[in-house]
Amino acid sequence: MDELIRLLSYFVGIAAFLGFNLAYLGWVERKGAGHIQRRNGPKEVGPYGLLQPLADGLKLMSKQLVVPAAADKPLFMCAPVLAMVPAVLLFVVIPFGDGLVPRQFNSGLLMMFAFASVAVLSILMAGWGSGNKYSLIAGTRAVSQNIAFEIPMLITAITIVMITGTLDLSEIVRYQDGGFWRWNIFRLDKSILMPASFLIFYICSMAETNRAPFDLGEAESELVAGYHTEYGGMGFGLFMMAEYANLVIGCSLTTILFLGGWQSPFGILPDGPHWFFLKMYFLVWCFVWMRWTFPRVTLWGLLNLSWKYLIPFSLVNLLLTALFIKVF
Amino acid sequence: MSSFAQNQLYETFELNIGPQHPATHGVLRFKVVMDGEYIVKAEPVLGYIHRMHEKMAEDRTWNKFWPNMSRLDYVSAMAYTHCYAGLVERANGIEVPERAEYIRVITVELNRIQSHLLWWGVLVMDLGGFTPILYAFDDREVILDLLESVTGSRLTYCYFRFGGVYNDIDDDFITGTRAFIKQLRERIPMYHKLVTGNAILIERLEGICPLSAEMCRKYGATGPVLRGSGVNFDVRKNEPYSAYPEFDFDIPVYHEGDSMARYMVRMDEMLQSLRIIEQALDKLPEGPVKADKVPKVLKPPAGDYYYAVEAARGTFSMRAVSDGSNTPYRIKLRSPTYSNLSLFEEATSGMLLADALAFMSSLDLVIPEMDR
Amino acid sequence: MDTFMDHETIKNELEKLANEGLAGAGQAADAPGSGVQADESDAKSKQEGQPRQNGLIETDHAARGFHLDVRISPEQVVRAAEILDRGGFTLETITGVDWLKENQFELVYDYACTGGKLFRAAVRTRIDRDKPEIATISEVFPGANWHERETWDFFGIIFTGHPQLERFLLPDDCDFHPLRKDFQP
Repeated sequence: MDELIRLLSYFVGIAAFLGFNLAYLGWVERKGAGHIQRRNGPKEVGPYGLLQPLADGLKLMSKQLVVPAAADKPLFMCAPVLAMVPAVLLFVVIPFGDGLVPRQFNSGLLMMFAFASVAVLSILMAGWGSGNKYSLIAGTRAVSQNIAFEIPMLITAITIVMITGTLDLSEIVRYQDGGFWRWNIFRLDKSILMPASFLIFYICSMAETNRAPFDLGEAESELVAGYHTEYGGMGFGLFMMAEYANLVIGCSLTTILFLGGWQSPFGILPDGPHWFFLKMYFLVWCFVWMRWTFPRVTLWGLLNLSWKYLIPFSLVNLLLTALFIKVF
Repeated sequence: MSSFAQNQLYETFELNIGPQHPATHGVLRFKVVMDGEYIVKAEPVLGYIHRMHEKMAEDRTWNKFWPNMSRLDYVSAMAYTHCYAGLVERANGIEVPERAEYIRVITVELNRIQSHLLWWGVLVMDLGGFTPILYAFDDREVILDLLESVTGSRLTYCYFRFGGVYNDIDDDFITGTRAFIKQLRERIPMYHKLVTGNAILIERLEGICPLSAEMCRKYGATGPVLRGSGVNFDVRKNEPYSAYPEFDFDIPVYHEGDSMARYMVRMDEMLQSLRIIEQALDKLPEGPVKADKVPKVLKPPAGDYYYAVEAARGTFSMRAVSDGSNTPYRIKLRSPTYSNLSLFEEATSGMLLADALAFMSSLDLVIPEMDR
Repeated sequence: MDTFMDHETIKNELEKLANEGLAGAGQAADAPGSGVQADESDAKSKQEGQPRQNGLIETDHAARGFHLDVRISPEQVVRAAEILDRGGFTLETITGVDWLKENQFELVYDYACTGGKLFRAAVRTRIDRDKPEIATISEVFPGANWHERETWDFFGIIFTGHPQLERFLLPDDCDFHPLRKDFQP
């Protein structure tokens, strides 16, 4: 019975957290974009535009979901749902605080990567199912991008697993207790290239979530809107929400693996979920910042980056870590 | 078809880009035959904004044709009206007072800077960086306000008249322009630092679609496209007109011929235009701004006349055939974008689609000017 | 640029070409050499109601906008383009003019030299209005492709040998040529 209540409360909590995030991350992005571009961003609807996401949500829900005649209907309808499901599911494994995790998994990390790979399928389904050449090109681009960047991400995660010896996300965070310099990003005694592997992981999560400068899937100026060209109303809304959910997951994972999860840096405030959120939102803000600063890379630039630079580098890092662990 | 195309005649599909598309700067359509991400043949299809200005010219008197000229290339409209003014003045032998020539040069150069700022913002936006366009438009607003205070329009100017300009510039304009020169001189290095030096931008522009000088010559490409391929040709220096001989300025020429070269040519041209404006303001003579004895009804002697100017996109020239009456018999508008785009099909065969679109942005197209 | 012919040679070659056509056209051998002002000759010929004869005239750039005004026969268009190509000229534009009263179309090819000193040449030719055909120069200058296509679109002048003589700026299903003087909308 207790277990049931606990699960239900987590369910409600995560639903609320997710809902709030998906709506208001859009607000953060638009306000951030506005100020970077020397303008205001949304300011009409509610004070500082805070009710803008509500207005957007209402708008999207009231729009007609047009299914093109040439579309493959089952694929077309399933794709947005399939984009959303893994992102939501993954919140089950994220530890927000010490013991604050809906379900304890000893292979939480593995589950994360498994479900993240499923998200790629939804892009391909959307691309093909739209019956539109632009969407198809964008879908194939996004798939090759996602596959290419999953590899360095996994290799870097393996490095962390080698150091901590466990796939359990809560254990990985507990391993990093003891202050700022024991966070994995700074553990130079475990591998001299730790900060570099943090960067690799961060870049790969940017590419996995199809965020600029890696947003070839939605390359606006080239392919109108990429794989979600044909979607209107809530179909498009689901894709956008899935993107933000993936963003939160990516940043949470980075925080857990490298930045010490819920640990406080210098003992300023006690450990707890507030530190987790602070670090996670800082990383989210960096994502937003980078989106509005850089132009988009080309597909082959992207693939070059992954196959020719990130993968060899992360492999070297892996070997180096193994060496350090064995020797020291 | 090129040899690349001949080897790829299987599994190609046809993609239609435009006419409504965020990347084509106006209504331009491409029929692209693609092999995966590679372009086999990209054929531009024009005519979506064709308004037949040349036929309109035959129905209107020489004076009534003024507004048409600025609707051609609305981004760089001053230079177009300059060409028309020069053409008819050449045909009728009208002398323009010096102050009017200087004012014409100042406004044309301000217009050129504004056009290049727009091009820059749109280029980076096409490549995915959505921020610089807002910075560019910020500067552009200053220019548009300045020009509005003098000419009355923000975009499609009807400021010149045969024999001069219709309104004199005032001190507010001069102080505003001087302040703007200072402002832009600080901003352009900032743009270079933030945008031009960006590794992603360099990767997207450098080495993309090099055009040889010979190819430009065969297709009649002019302007920054030609100067980015190493040919030092600018109508302002090679065929000086108006008050340009009085000013000391350089013509930026880059030899690589790729998109980065064209980019740098236009960025440097902005700085050179600032130099011209500064010198013009310093040396601005007093005097009338309109010639006195310009007949109300113009009847140029029969024959044909030709006049060329350097618009923001290249050589814009007009050929007028007059039969001695007060309406033109034939006016031919030679738009630089038309010739610049004609090399698109040959240049992009075998290129990747994203590269081709970046190349198109570096050509600086304005479709209404092309379609006339 | 060094391999291009200089302007004097170009001028002489064009003059030779034009005078060839002159002899063949059987018109009055009133060969205008250099020094005759263009408008004087034009005015004279317009008074007499005859089009100008083949030949080369050096014009005043400040008064007219170009340096050379060459009149040739329609068959010589490609050779003139080749001469100018060897001179390093670029084709700026092709203008069609409809002379309804004389029942002729006139085509003016504007060439400009972009490398080195500016030099503009206007090469003009006249063809019969009832059977408007002329050879294409798009083999010599690929840029002429679009100019000729547009001229066909507006006037109905057929450029023989053109790879793609289709509607360009006007809609595809158009069946008229608007810039003709007898065009009724």
